[in-house]
Amino acid sequence: MNPTDHGFNPAFNMAVIKEVFNEALERVRTPTPMRLRDLIRQIRAARTAAEERGVINKECAYIRSTFREEDSVWRCRNIAKLLYIHMLGYPAHFGQLECLKLIASPRFTDKRIGYLGAMLLLDERQDVHLLITNCLKNDLNSSTQFVVGLALCTLGAIASPEMSRDLAGEVERLMKSPNAYVRKKAALCAYRIILKVPELMEIFLPATRSLLSEKNHGVLITGVSLITEMCENSVDTLQHFKKIVPNLVRILKNLILAGYSPEHDVSGVSDPFLQVKILRLLRILGKNDVEASEAMNDILAQVATNTETTKNVGNTILYETVLSIMDIRSESGLRVLAINILGRFLLNNDKNIRYVALNTLLKTVHVDTSAVQRHRTTILECLKDPDVSIRRRALELSFALVNANNIKAMMKELLTFLEKADPEFKEMASSRIVLAAERYSPSIKWHLDTLLSVLIAAGNYIRDDVVSNVIQLMTANPSQQSYMVGQLWSALENDNSDRQPLIQIATWCIGEFGDMLLSPDSNVQISETEVIAVYHRLLTSPQNSPITKQYCLTSLTKLSTRFQHPDTHKIQELIESFGSHVQMELQQRGVEYSQLFGKYAYLRNGLLERMPALEITKPSTNTHNGSVSQDADEEESVSPAENQSNSNALLVLLGGDTGDNDIIKPPAKAPSLDTNQDLLDLLGGLDSGMDSISEKPIDLKLNNDSSIQNNNNILSMINSTPDYLAEPLPITPQTRDTTVYDKGGLRIDFSSQKAADVPNTTSINVSAHNTTATDFTEFVFQAAVPRTFQLKLLPPSGTIITADGGTVTQILRVTTPTPAPVRMRIRKLTTSLPTVFNDNLTFCGASNFSPD
Amino acid sequence: MMQFMLLFSRQGKLRLQKWYNAHPDKLKKKITRELITTILARKPKMCSFLEWKDLKIVYKRYASLYFCCAIEQGDNELLTLEIIHRYVELLDKYFGSVCELDIIFNFEKAYFILDELLLGGEIQETSKKNVLKAIAAQDLLQEDEAKVHELRYKNFSNSAPLERISS
Repeated sequence: MNPTDHGFNPAFNMAVIKEVFNEALERVRTPTPMRLRDLIRQIRAARTAAEERGVINKECAYIRSTFREEDSVWRCRNIAKLLYIHMLGYPAHFGQLECLKLIASPRFTDKRIGYLGAMLLLDERQDVHLLITNCLKNDLNSSTQFVVGLALCTLGAIASPEMSRDLAGEVERLMKSPNAYVRKKAALCAYRIILKVPELMEIFLPATRSLLSEKNHGVLITGVSLITEMCENSVDTLQHFKKIVPNLVRILKNLILAGYSPEHDVSGVSDPFLQVKILRLLRILGKNDVEASEAMNDILAQVATNTETTKNVGNTILYETVLSIMDIRSESGLRVLAINILGRFLLNNDKNIRYVALNTLLKTVHVDTSAVQRHRTTILECLKDPDVSIRRRALELSFALVNANNIKAMMKELLTFLEKADPEFKEMASSRIVLAAERYSPSIKWHLDTLLSVLIAAGNYIRDDVVSNVIQLMTANPSQQSYMVGQLWSALENDNSDRQPLIQIATWCIGEFGDMLLSPDSNVQISETEVIAVYHRLLTSPQNSPITKQYCLTSLTKLSTRFQHPDTHKIQELIESFGSHVQMELQQRGVEYSQLFGKYAYLRNGLLERMPALEITKPSTNTHNGSVSQDADEEESVSPAENQSNSNALLVLLGGDTGDNDIIKPPAKAPSLDTNQDLLDLLGGLDSGMDSISEKPIDLKLNNDSSIQNNNNILSMINSTPDYLAEPLPITPQTRDTTVYDKGGLRIDFSSQKAADVPNTTSINVSAHNTTATDFTEFVFQAAVPRTFQLKLLPPSGTIITADGGTVTQILRVTTPTPAPVRMRIRKLTTSLPTVFNDNLTFCGASNFSPD
Repeated sequence: MMQFMLLFSRQGKLRLQKWYNAHPDKLKKKITRELITTILARKPKMCSFLEWKDLKIVYKRYASLYFCCAIEQGDNELLTLEIIHRYVELLDKYFGSVCELDIIFNFEKAYFILDELLLGGEIQETSKKNVLKAIAAQDLLQEDEAKVHELRYKNFSNSAPLERISS
């Protein structure tokens, strides 16, 4: 407005008079709207949410009506009120168009509120953008710098890609404006436009470079932000701007060396905002560039040593410097300096500074492990920090620092942490501790002790795979079994309802090694009755999960064979009580195990022999919580008819690894006694032929499919037969038939094929022919190979060889460790053929068998 | 780049919101609610930073008001604290020992000051003096307009003078 407007001026033209007259009329017609201040007071005076809603709804209705009536006099006030209402969370979209009308007004007050409303109520997805683009274009050309400023600010906040394209030219023009106030805003607008539409970068490139030769810090800092964005945007631009490194270094140097300037000073540091922006740009320019890094080494060292560190500002700059030193190709001395700055940060009283230090160390620990190691004690100290985020960082960092040299000391701290840790940490911390212990444990006893501590400290937060890992470790280390069983027993005596994994492991081990627990040289002295009492408590406690109870049941059943003088009656009673349990799984076990105390009691000892050491090479993959009981389950699920022979087979299989002696004890003198002895013969024969190589006999009764399945499952479990053996192997075409047996009307032919891609695997097609006039029923073909070999028997085509040329075929797969001749011992069993043949065969090369 | 800034009271009432990226209203409300609850639940001994989705949240409490900013992964959280502090200093200078009520009743002024300090989520002016000068000059523009208006009405009608929109 013109200054001559002050006072009454008769020179007012008619238009102005008319406008004011109309406004006055409107004011008479409609009452003055409530002032913003009064509305806020009313809203704040509302005692309930409903009352507040009432006030707001009434006012919104009024504001809407004024919008409808195109009331331009009070529009500004009404929009201001609406913006307040919007902040309280009420809908205000109906004010969008009114904002645009305000922007179009010539008055600065209207524009200021209009643009504010536009930034708050519109965003880039609104359709009113075309309208606002026109308004912005007008205002960007205004002669008042503050109007241009408002337009630039709004463009920077709500620019859509279309708006960016339409107005990029205007912004570029304003970047060259003589007015610094406009220039800095235009530079940031350009930055936002590039963010939205990267290809518009080209337009701004020429005007950008000159921004760095400014004295005005506003223009400098916006220029640096713009260049940073450009460099991050394209590799070409990054190359283009490499040459400004000396300029940036000079600006930074001036900032550090320049004396006190009140305008930009923040607690004794000269313009930290600008320093940080420049350091960040240097980081981007120096990344993977030796030459650029060289140019900035000195200044980084200077900033790192000269910055005042008593206040947050100084540390802000140091932090950014450290990040830059880490990212560029800096000298090693400088890197150590950087890590030491972070080490100092860790001792700072300010928790924020400790937090960023841990965060940054975490990023660099993989690059400079030894430098970070030096601050290990400080890092461990941070595990006790009252701030949870700092604890989390410290924990991650601690795990990154664990190695074989410091495992013992570190683990002590980590276990202390785990005991007191919040639940959210326990799962992660416990599984990381388990991993670290596995990788770096100095001794097996230490490893097991650590695992036990973890089990106690982390309780139910332990992951399931830990249970099977510990069990594997126990089975594989006989020297520690006695000690650990004692430890586990002591742990079991406490209340462990929130430590299910511990109970599972403890019961499994006590069941398996119960005899060690009770032996006189055990480290705990207890009686069998006490053990059963504890099991009684575990099994009846409602806090224990069904899976835990399954472990307990299996364990208790095993204990009946481990005790010297078992109170079988009590055990049986406890197990039978589960025969009617509501939980299906538990009921099944209750019923099955009861059988072992009744009708099939003679099987119990054999079935519950000690498990062979489990394979540790494949940890945490195939065994899960409860799988151990499933194994027992499989043993159990054999129907009574086959129980006899199967138990023998299982015995052999289970005993296979522990040594030949174990299988010389058949559980009962049963009709299959002769087969057992035959089997021993079979092994003995092979033994003598093989010198001292011990054998792994594999004995399969091919009675029916279900039992074969069972046997195969267990077989593969124990042998951990590679998976490829289960798949059909590609087979080379050349085959040759050999007759390996031809007596009493039974002829057995081997036809062998080498698998093409697995050179050490031979596939043997066994075909048995009946040349007599009677059927051979229950025909079973058995084979045994030395331990170094692996044998897989696929199911036969049948068990009955019909008379006069009937045939049964079966495939054997033998894998040898080296391309050695395949040797095996075979025999066949059939009820209708009295003779049992025993043959020791050497399968030479790929084709030839020769009886020894 | 700063993604948004929120000011809210200890009671969880939003006092100012500035978004530097477009989001639907519903999402903004959800984010606001979530952050206010999270931050108010944090204890004073905890640090001023938290990780939230892929952003870093930096907050600081001044008297009864929380200032909360969301920044990107590559940004300097300590510097963000400085920016917040700078903003508080500016408010303090402008209102003369600012309190929550000043920001409630003059929220538009609080926005204007923020818009002279930051643009599009980046710092545009590092001199306090320059920011306050720009604000004062714009306030003066408004006052002049109001005076002109007042004069007009004095001459043409007997209505009450038009106040500044905020008073």
